[in-house]
This record gives sequence, C-alpha cells and structure tokens, in this order.
Amino acid sequence: MAQANARDAVIVGGNRIPFAKAHTAYTDVSNQDMFTSALNGLVARFGLQEQRLGAVAGGAVQKHSKNFNLMRESVLGSPLDPHTPAYDVQMACATGMEAIGSLADKIRMGRIDSAVGGGVDTISDAPIVVTDGLRSILMEANRAKTTGARLKALAKIRPGHLAPQAPGVAEPRTGLSMGDHMAITAHAWGITRGEQDELAAASHQNLAAAYDRGFFDDLITPFRGVQRDTIMRPDTTAEKLARLKPVFGRDLGDEATMTAANSTALTDGASTVLLGSEEWADEHDLPKLANFVDYELAAVDFVDGAEGLLMAPAYAAARMLARNGLTFEDFEHFEIHEAFASTVLAQMRAWEDADFCRNKLGLDRPLGRIDPARLNVNGSSLAAGHPFAATGGRVVASLAKMLHGRPGKLGFISVCAAGGQGITAIVEGR
Amino acid sequence: MARDTYTELVNTPLGRRISGALGLPQPSRLRRHRPGAPVIDGPVALVGRSTVADRIGEVLLGWGLDVRRHPDPGERIAAVVACFDDVAAPGDLSAPVMELSGLLRQVGPSGRVITVSRRPGATSDPAARAARQGVEGLTRSLAHEMRRGATANGIQLAEDLDADAPGVAGALRFLLSGRSAYVSGQFLTVDTVNGELPRRAEGWDRPLAGQVAVVTGAARGIGAAITEVLRRDGAEIIAVDVPAAGEQLAATANRVRGTALQLDVTVQDAGERLVAHAAQHHGRLDIVVHNAGITRDKLLANMTPDRWDSVIAVNIESQLRINRALLASELFDHGPRIVSLASTSGIAGNRGQSNYAASKAGVMGMVSASQDLLGSRHGTINAVAPGFIETEMTAKIPPITRQVARRLSSLNQGGLPVDVAETIAFLASPSAGGTSGLTLRVCGQNLVGA
Repeated sequence: MAQANARDAVIVGGNRIPFAKAHTAYTDVSNQDMFTSALNGLVARFGLQEQRLGAVAGGAVQKHSKNFNLMRESVLGSPLDPHTPAYDVQMACATGMEAIGSLADKIRMGRIDSAVGGGVDTISDAPIVVTDGLRSILMEANRAKTTGARLKALAKIRPGHLAPQAPGVAEPRTGLSMGDHMAITAHAWGITRGEQDELAAASHQNLAAAYDRGFFDDLITPFRGVQRDTIMRPDTTAEKLARLKPVFGRDLGDEATMTAANSTALTDGASTVLLGSEEWADEHDLPKLANFVDYELAAVDFVDGAEGLLMAPAYAAARMLARNGLTFEDFEHFEIHEAFASTVLAQMRAWEDADFCRNKLGLDRPLGRIDPARLNVNGSSLAAGHPFAATGGRVVASLAKMLHGRPGKLGFISVCAAGGQGITAIVEGR
Repeated sequence: MARDTYTELVNTPLGRRISGALGLPQPSRLRRHRPGAPVIDGPVALVGRSTVADRIGEVLLGWGLDVRRHPDPGERIAAVVACFDDVAAPGDLSAPVMELSGLLRQVGPSGRVITVSRRPGATSDPAARAARQGVEGLTRSLAHEMRRGATANGIQLAEDLDADAPGVAGALRFLLSGRSAYVSGQFLTVDTVNGELPRRAEGWDRPLAGQVAVVTGAARGIGAAITEVLRRDGAEIIAVDVPAAGEQLAATANRVRGTALQLDVTVQDAGERLVAHAAQHHGRLDIVVHNAGITRDKLLANMTPDRWDSVIAVNIESQLRINRALLASELFDHGPRIVSLASTSGIAGNRGQSNYAASKAGVMGMVSASQDLLGSRHGTINAVAPGFIETEMTAKIPPITRQVARRLSSLNQGGLPVDVAETIAFLASPSAGGTSGLTLRVCGQNLVGA
C-alpha cells in the first residue's frame, strides 16, 4: 500500500519462549541463551537448518556491553547457515517492532528474500554498571605504564565507589519512572481504576483461553521446563484486582489508579518472527500467514510535559492510516501493547477525542472508537509479560496467525516505547 | 540412557576370564549397522535343495557374498541360511536339521542363522503344518542356544509366493545385517510380491531417500532414535510431540534437519493436522511411525479410571483416529507405510501394566486388522514390540531387577533404542513391501520390559 510497486513482505510464522517473571525461572539465563533458544525453535518449526537467511535482526533493551553482537552470536549458536548476517537494533520497547518493520522493508524492496526479526530481554541478568568514579579510576590504572602508577591509581578506590548501579527504568531527562509518567497521562485523560482493572483481567482471561484452545502450540516452544507465560493468572477478575494498592502516581492521593496488576511486571523472554518474500516462502514450502504492510515511527515531546511519555503511537497511527487511506473501521483486530492498562485506554481515548485529533493530529474528525471486542483478543502484555524488546515479535506472530486464512483482513499494532517514542503497524491476512 | 556396566566389564580381557571362570553370562558387543559396511562379513552357508534355496543363493551372490554349499570343516562362517520350504512331514526335517547342526560351531560372533519356511497356517494338511510349525520350535530353541551375539530367526513365506518376491530379499538382508542386532527367535512373514529393491548397491544404505516420515513421541528416547535412523536412511523427518516437550522436540528436529510439530496426538483432529503439516512443509507423506506412548502402572485392583483411560487414549485410540485421517487423505496414498510401537508387555502381559498391555495388545490387533486397508493402496502396516531397551524409562527400574531383565534375554543384554529404530526403518522401507499386519519383536528373545 505504502509503496504500490513493492513486493509483499510475508509473515511466515513465529516462535517465542514462554515469558517468565523476572528473577524466577530464567534467573541464570542470558539474553543470548534465550534468543538462541527462540531461534532454535523457529528453525525447527520451519526446517531452516543450514539455510542462509537474508538477515537476522533484533536486540535487547537491557544489554551487556559484551553482547555487542547479540544477534550474530545467537545465529552462530543456532542451526542456521553461519553465512547468515545479523545485526543488533535498539529502540527501547519498540526494538522488536523496528527490527521486524525494517526487515520487512528490505524484503519489500527486494534487498533480501528472507529474515528473522525479534528481540529478547532479561531483568534477571541485567548489566550492572560500576559508578563513574570507580570506572575512571580503573581506566586510569589500565592506562598506567608502571606497577607503581597502577597501584597509586587503584589506591584511590573508596568503599563508596563499590556500590553497583543497576540500569534504571527512570526517564533520564525527567527522573520520573515510566509508571509515574503514565500516571500523569492517565489522570489527564480521566482513565478510571475500574476500566484499567477490567482491561487487565480481560488480558489474563484471553491469554489463558488462547492457551487452552492450543492457539500457542505453533507460536511457543517451551524453555527450561517453562511451558506457559508465568505471569498469567487465568482465574483473576477485575474484582480481585480492585483490592490492590496503587504503586504509581501516588502523589495523586485518592486519585491514583495504577497498581502492580494493571501495569506490566518486569519479565524475561525472547521472540522471533520469520519473514520472507512470497517466492521465497513458496520455494521453501512455507506457510504465508499474513503480509507486513506498513509501519510508522513517532516520537513526542514529553520532557516539558507537552505530551504523555507513551502517547507517540497516537501520532504514528494518524500518519500511517492517512498514508494507507484507512480508518479504524477497516481493521479486524487491534493489538495495542499493554505497557500499562492505562496506556491502551489513553491512546483509545485520544483517538476518539475531537479536540486531540484536530489540535494534535491535525485531523478534521476523530479517528474513532475501537471496539473492545477486537482488542487484544488473545491477551497482551499485562498477562503475557513484557520482556521489552521481545514484545514486538510476540505481537506480530500472534496477529499474523489470527489473520491467516482471512485474506485482506487487516490488523493494527501499537507499541509505545521509552523516550517518548512508539511504532504502529499494519498486518494483512492471507 | 542407562549404561550396562556389566556388559562393558565382561568385554575387557580380565572381565572375560573372570566371568567365564565363574560361569556368568557373557554378553557380547552386538554387530550393528554402519552405512557402507558389508551386509555381513564372511562366508554364508546355504542349507537346502529347494528352488527357493537356489534363488536365495543367487540373491546372496548378487550382493557379492561368499556363498558356500559345503563350507570347509573348521572354517569360520558368518551365517547359515537353512531352507525348509519343501518339508511336507516332520520326518523331512531331519536331513537339513542335521546339516545345520554340523555348521553351528563354525558360526562366528554376531553370526546369523536364518530358517526359511512356508507359513504353517497356509496349509490344512496336518503333516505339512506339523512340519512347518516344527521349524518355528526349532528356530526359537536355536535362538536360545546361539552365543556371542549371534541370532537365529525365520522367514515365513506365503504358500505360493515365489522366492523372487522383493520381500524375500528384503527380509533376508535385514536379518543378515546389523540392523537386526537385537532381533532373535522371531519370524518375518512375506505374503505378497509387493515391494521394491534398490536398483543400485548403494541404495541399500538410503532406502528411504526422498520419502517423508512422521515420528510421534520424537522428543526423546526411542522416538528420537527413530528420527535419526530414518534420516540416516534418507527420509525427511516430521518430528511430533506434545507441546510440553517442545524444547527437546526442537533439538531432535534440528539434529535430523526436519520440522518440529508440537501436537498432542490425542486431540480429535491430530491426523488432519499431521497431514496438513506434511502437505504444507514437505509436499508428501510416506511413512507414519506411531511411537508416542505413556505408562501409568498400577495393579488392576488399584486401577483408577484416569490411569486406565489416559493410557488407552494415548497408546491406541490416538493411532486408530490418526490412521482414519491418514487413509482419508490423498497425500498418504502412494505405497504408504505405518509402523506402530507395540510392546512385549502386550504379548506376555506384565504385572502392574494391565492398562499398558491392553493398549499394546490393542495395537497388534489394529495392525493385523488394518492390513487390507493399507494393502488397497499398496501400503503396509506393521508393529514393532520392543523388549527391554536401555532408555530413560528403563533406567528407573530398580538396579537388581534391571540386571535380571537384561540377562534374561538370549543375548544377555538389553537392547538399544537404535535397535528398535532399525527394525522400524526396515519395515518402512520399500524392500519390506511384502510384509504387513505383522508384529515383530525386538527383544533379544526376552519377554520382560515395557
């Protein structure tokens, strides 16, 4: 659609490992272990052993510096042909979407015929960094030419230097956590506690029902004895969730609405998506679930409070729909990443809001309402968990499967990201 | 997999002296198939004067073997093929039997004795059937007497089947080769002229080239070994197991360069999903190996409905349902092969395994009843009944029981997963096209084990 003369980028399928709550099942597992396992499962599902793919791209948000070639190392540890090039991508929580979207573009342009996109993240094996003070002492000692000079440098180390620094989830420019940022946006849009809890409960129930139907049988390969996403609580209800105390936006007092249950938990996991041209898929006897049609990046100026941190997809959607001549009514399924329940609800509220759509998106009329019955029908991040860079791959593979066998039916994706960024995408069933 | 330390010890020089002096069992290292290796190493003695014997001699010569009607006394021979197909009364057994008797001391390690006879049930003449059935007793007893990893088995031909039938050569080759290492005291029936032999000698090493095979329960153990042997023999593999076993299943599929299908064989549409996967990813489907199985052991007095029902559902009902879907499919219509896993528990019964034995005896019933269904599309269906095989499952048997179970076989040892896999690969191969409805035991002539 966006490029009338480009060829289709076909989504062949996907594979991920079950997502696990941080510091539990995958505590002693590295990003590379997890992504390699997801890749192994993908290779096994589609018989890609010893095949050279056009590219493997993806990344991790929480990454050790030693993992500078995370994707390439994972390929070398997999049964893929070692002549398969690979590169790392990083765009916070939209890492997986950007990797998949840019690979789809390469396929559409004829630059490559096949690709794997995805992502991985671990909180359990996060890169711990030493303080800047200790780092400069160590660098000085490293540069010293004599033993004496080296000892003199090292003698400067003080106990205070030794406190490790874990990577923060706070926005570097505001010092606010993502949840506290979201709480401001949710409050501004009047998102209620009740609707957040309902969305969260639906996410768990939908995900559990999808498992019970066998929906994930060809989307997930177990890892380390874990067979299902461990954050999922099939029997949870909005009533149960209503009992929890708010954890974000507590300066709002009684009006604080965001709890640990309607916010995503820290998660470990990895996902992959196999893409190819139509010809490549046919030559290799592979299914063609859907086309990756188009995607759009956006960023907002959240630093001075002009826009909410996680509202960028609202802008991306407007530009992407206009470019493709589509409205929300043209879509069968909506996959809006549940960073927080209120993220989904605030985006949907904004798209319905005439003032926002006119003043912020420059539209004559609102983009319109999204039918909740078409939203995240097989669960989303609140239930599955959100290993940052792995979420894009989870969403794309699931949506492609949902649209398979329904040629021309469209699916919409929205994924927000730290730094006031976000991506939206269009997938078309075939 | 469990290690058989005793067999390893006995096969050291000191271990052999001690076990020999004490009169302990002396299990040998069995000769197993290696691609490129000769079918059997050494002269083959041929006993019998029938036209079948003559034809078999030609087949053996055609494989480049050193065939002897009268081996030199004292000369080491690799195998004896004794033809009894022309016996009409018990008295006719004497001459060939005594000739065979005189050769036995010359048979070397991992040697073979193969008797060839007509099927007893095919004649209603009392004397003829008595003679033919006599060959069965003779062969089984001889199997118990064989030493140093040598085996004795029989080939039974349908009444008017010509010895030129491909199945005769196929059965002969399997029983002579290392593929049948752990098969002893058994009878391979050849009933039809169906089947095909490799056109070139190298073809014997890749009899399944170009074919597509499904193996259920492929994540580990015997199932994983089956995928490896079928792959080695040239087949493309679809490895199937329950979603919960997905990680090991992926490893299996990647090892054999096949595809992994996470599928519970007990779901209603399992067969349709197998066929759809084969059609999408491989474009054909030639072989289905029903290996998935579970045990839920309990004495019958303590049996619970879930233990009974789950074993029946996985071990036999799923096979019946999948077979119906396969036979309804056009994809599975070109000389298709089904091989099911039965068990010696299904033949002899086993304390605490009434559910398992019922399901495995059921498999044998299903196989014998389905041969016409498969035959109408030039296919075959057979079962393999493993005895005591060294797997993760048998490693959980208490040590003393395990040692006893191993030594109870005529080969004084447990079998390996690869032994089961070799027999399955043979039954799935074009040269076994004349054999259908059969349950072949891979048990070293032992009836203990799951």
